[in-house]
Formats: sequence, C-alpha cells, structure tokens
Amino acid sequence: MYKITRSPWVMHYDGSSCNGCDIEVLACLTPVYDAERFGIINTGDPMQADILLITGSINTQNAPVVKQIYSQMSDPKVVVAVGVCACTGGVFKDCYNILGGADQVIPVDVYVPGCAARPQAIIDGIVKGIGVFQERLEKLENGTLKQEEKEDTEEKKEED
Amino acid sequence: MAKRSVIPYGPQHPVLPEPIHLDLVLEDEKVVEAIPSIGFIHRGLEKLTEKRDFNQMAYVAERICGICSFGHGYGYCETVEHIMGIEVPARANYLRTIWFELSRLHSHLLWAGLMADAFGFENLFYQCWRVREKVLDCIELTTGGRVIFSVNKVGGVIKDITPEMQKAILDTMDYVEKETKILKKTFMNDYSVQSRMKGVGVLTKEQAHALGCAGPFARASGIATDMRMRGYAAYGELDMEPIISNDGDCYGRCEVRIGEIFQSIDLIRQAIGKIPEGEIAAVVKGNPDGEYFMRIEQPRGEADYYVRGNGTPNLDRMRVRTPTFANLAGLCETLKGADYADIGILVVTIDPCISCTER
Ligand code: SF4
Repeated sequence: MYKITRSPWVMHYDGSSCNGCDIEVLACLTPVYDAERFGIINTGDPMQADILLITGSINTQNAPVVKQIYSQMSDPKVVVAVGVCACTGGVFKDCYNILGGADQVIPVDVYVPGCAARPQAIIDGIVKGIGVFQERLEKLENGTLKQEEKEDTEEKKEED
Repeated sequence: MAKRSVIPYGPQHPVLPEPIHLDLVLEDEKVVEAIPSIGFIHRGLEKLTEKRDFNQMAYVAERICGICSFGHGYGYCETVEHIMGIEVPARANYLRTIWFELSRLHSHLLWAGLMADAFGFENLFYQCWRVREKVLDCIELTTGGRVIFSVNKVGGVIKDITPEMQKAILDTMDYVEKETKILKKTFMNDYSVQSRMKGVGVLTKEQAHALGCAGPFARASGIATDMRMRGYAAYGELDMEPIISNDGDCYGRCEVRIGEIFQSIDLIRQAIGKIPEGEIAAVVKGNPDGEYFMRIEQPRGEADYYVRGNGTPNLDRMRVRTPTFANLAGLCETLKGADYADIGILVVTIDPCISCTER
C-alpha cells in the first residue's frame, strides 16, 4: 500500500463568499489553530495544490474560473466545500445570480457546514479530505482512478 | 517608447484574498494603466428583499461582508428603525458601539497582517493574527460567533454584555494594546518595511478629494473625514478625533490604521465606563413605510444605506454603497506609474473588500 509521506498543500479560492469563511480558512493556518505547523501550506498555485478549499457559492462569472482552477490541479485531487454557501448556496440560495453550491460545477468530496464555518470544523474537513486523498492515491497507483472518473461522468451524462 | 504589454492580474492570485481582476498595461516594469473588472462575487442580495421580510434581511445584510459584518447589520437596522420611528434604548446603543469597535479592531489587525504578508514579512503577518485571535475571543464570548455576530435586530440587540464579560473585554484590551505597541514599532520603524511603503502609491489631498475616497484611505491623504463624528449610536457621547496623516503613501495609510487600533481600544474603554443600565431592545410593531438614508463609518470607510419600505413586511428597496467602491477610483489612480512589484501592496493598502462592493 502506498502511504502519503508528506503534508498536503491546500489552495483556497473564494467563490462568491461573504469573506466570513475566507478569513476563517486563513485563521486555520495562522496562530492558535496553526495547521501550518503540520506542514499544511496555503499555496497560490493550483498545480502544486492537493486540496482545494472553496468558499462561497457559484455564480455565472466565477463558474469558469472555478472549473479552470480544478482542471489545473494534478491528480489526485480533493475538493472541500467550506461553509453553507459552498455546500448549497446558503443564505444566498434564492439570489438571482447564484447557481448553487460548488458541486454545481466541480465534484466536491467533503462538505463543511457552518455560517461561518468554525476553524475547528474546517480543519476536521481537511483531515477528512486527506483520507479521500489517500484513497485516490492508491487508486492512481493501480490505475483505477481514471476509470472511475469516466464512470462518474457517464453517470452524469445519463442523468442529464 | 517601450513596448507595451498587458498582464492579467487575478482573480485567483496569491496576494489577493479576494477575487478581483485587473488588466495591467505595463511599459517595462511600470504600470501605465490599470483596468479593473469585477463581478466575481456578485450575488444580488439586495433583491432578496422580495423574498425575505425586513427582520430576516438584518441577517442577510450582515452577510454582505464577513469582516465588517457587524457594521452592515447595524447600518441596515438603524435605517429601518429611523423609518419606523423606533427609539433604541441607550444601553443597546452602547452595546452596539462596543461591538462595532471590536469589529473595527479585528478588521484593522487583519489588514495589518495581510499588509505584512503582501510585502513578504510572514512573521509579522502571524504576529498580527495572533493578537487578532484575542479580539475574536472577546467577540465569541459576548455574541457566540467569531466573524458573523448576528446580535443586531431591528429595535436593538439580542444579547447583553454582563459585568464579567466587560471585565474580560477590558483585560483583553490591555493585552491587545501592549502587543500592538510592539507591532507598531516594527511597522513604523523597521528599515525594510519602510523601504517597501515610504513614497509608494502617493495620493495627494486634492486627488483624494476629487476621486471621492473614503475612510482611512482618505484620512491618510489628510482629509479629516470620519462618519463617527456624526455621533450615531453612542459615539456622540464619547471623545474622539479623526486620525489623519499627511503623507498620502502606503506608510501613511499604515500609520492611520494603526492609530485607529489604539483609538478603538480607547473608545471601548470609554463605552464600557459609561454604559447605562436598562433595556436592550425596543418593541417593534408594524411594518416600515417610508424611506431613509444614512451614513456610517465602517472599518474601511464611509458606507451608505438606503431603505424604502411600503407598509408590507417586504421592503421595496435596500441599497448599500460601500467604502471599497469609493476607493477603487483612488486605487486605479495610485496604480498608474507604480512598479509592477508594488501592485500587491497597493491593492491591499486600500483594504479592499470586494464582497461588500459587489454584494
Ligand atoms: S457560509 Fe456564511 S460566513 Fe460563509 S461565506 Fe457564506 S454567508 Fe459568509
């Protein structure tokens, strides 16, 4: 079995959040909660990131941006939706410009509820994400990851 | 003439906490023009008035922005209270002032951290955020939330600050004051910090006035504008003077904001010293009918609220003008002629809050 030997790097993208969840994501990495002491670094480069933290809901303007960032990340990759906005649309669900949660455009693995999500919950979400990452990594090793994704997309097409 | 090139900046960028897109026209290393394009965070929450009643809108208004959330909730509630002619109890006004200043404290410390991050001083960034956590602890103690307080409602507030909590706040203020003095030394006297900030992005008083800048950005250019002097909530009964600087550069803006941290600490002490006993909320009857416009001072500058009601629970219109919107023109002016390496600093220096601006 292949084990992760290093800390995951996270990337944070602010969808159309109100900033509440953003600053909580940053608070996870800075003193008091300090996930950085485990080597979890907030990187600005999607190609180096393992986990994408997405806050806020999806609107027409940022949907292509989110899709592009996701496609730039290398496999295996995990998406964590932080805050109810990113999960479902939250308070802004009924707004005319909101398409819904992050899962409208990219596959989401872990949902962290809360408005604003508390740093403890976000860290918990990241830890869950690492579990998913481990699984993906194993699948990538024995070559079943791509196949699974294909099945996923086929299923989606059928649904459509 | 050197060859011109256009560099896209954002929406996802390591220095930017929030998505804004700038098209930078460069001539060698110098910026000739900056064209902002926005809309990445537009949600259209003003139109939610059709689906939510005016009491629920107070919570939606808080979520215009998570950093200055208390101010938005307050601005909205106060506007509706004026339409309905509600007299808010004195204690509620004082409580609102205390929370408002706590949120300004955490916002300014957050800004100081982001600024340090923008000029590459990681350690200072972490120190600022460490101090900020203490302020958040106070907020959590009194309201239960860390960044979204949800204590405002039309007619007053829903939670009280007990004497024990007041003591805890005062203790924290002593700590924050002591720590900020140390931070101030680094921000104001450190050679490398000064070399990144002094003389960068100068905006003269005339320019700032002509472009309609607001808040600390305008105050750093020598314009003494501070809506708190209008005396809303309990500010009328507290001693304060707007803090200004005449440099007009990044250093001046930093000086103003750090000065305001001490000012907020002072205001909180004054407010806790004078807080009267009594009710914390007035009874609200009926629906708002009429319109009102009001201006308050957010951590980032002057914010304007306009509400029009029609006698039903659903408002006709709610409109907010936020400080960052006013400051974007000033930002584009300071970007002209700046070095490419200074863009990050200049953008952070207006303390942009894009989610307020686009709502
Ligand atoms: S979940 Fe709440 S705090 Fe987080 S971005 Fe949405 S509205 Fe803001």
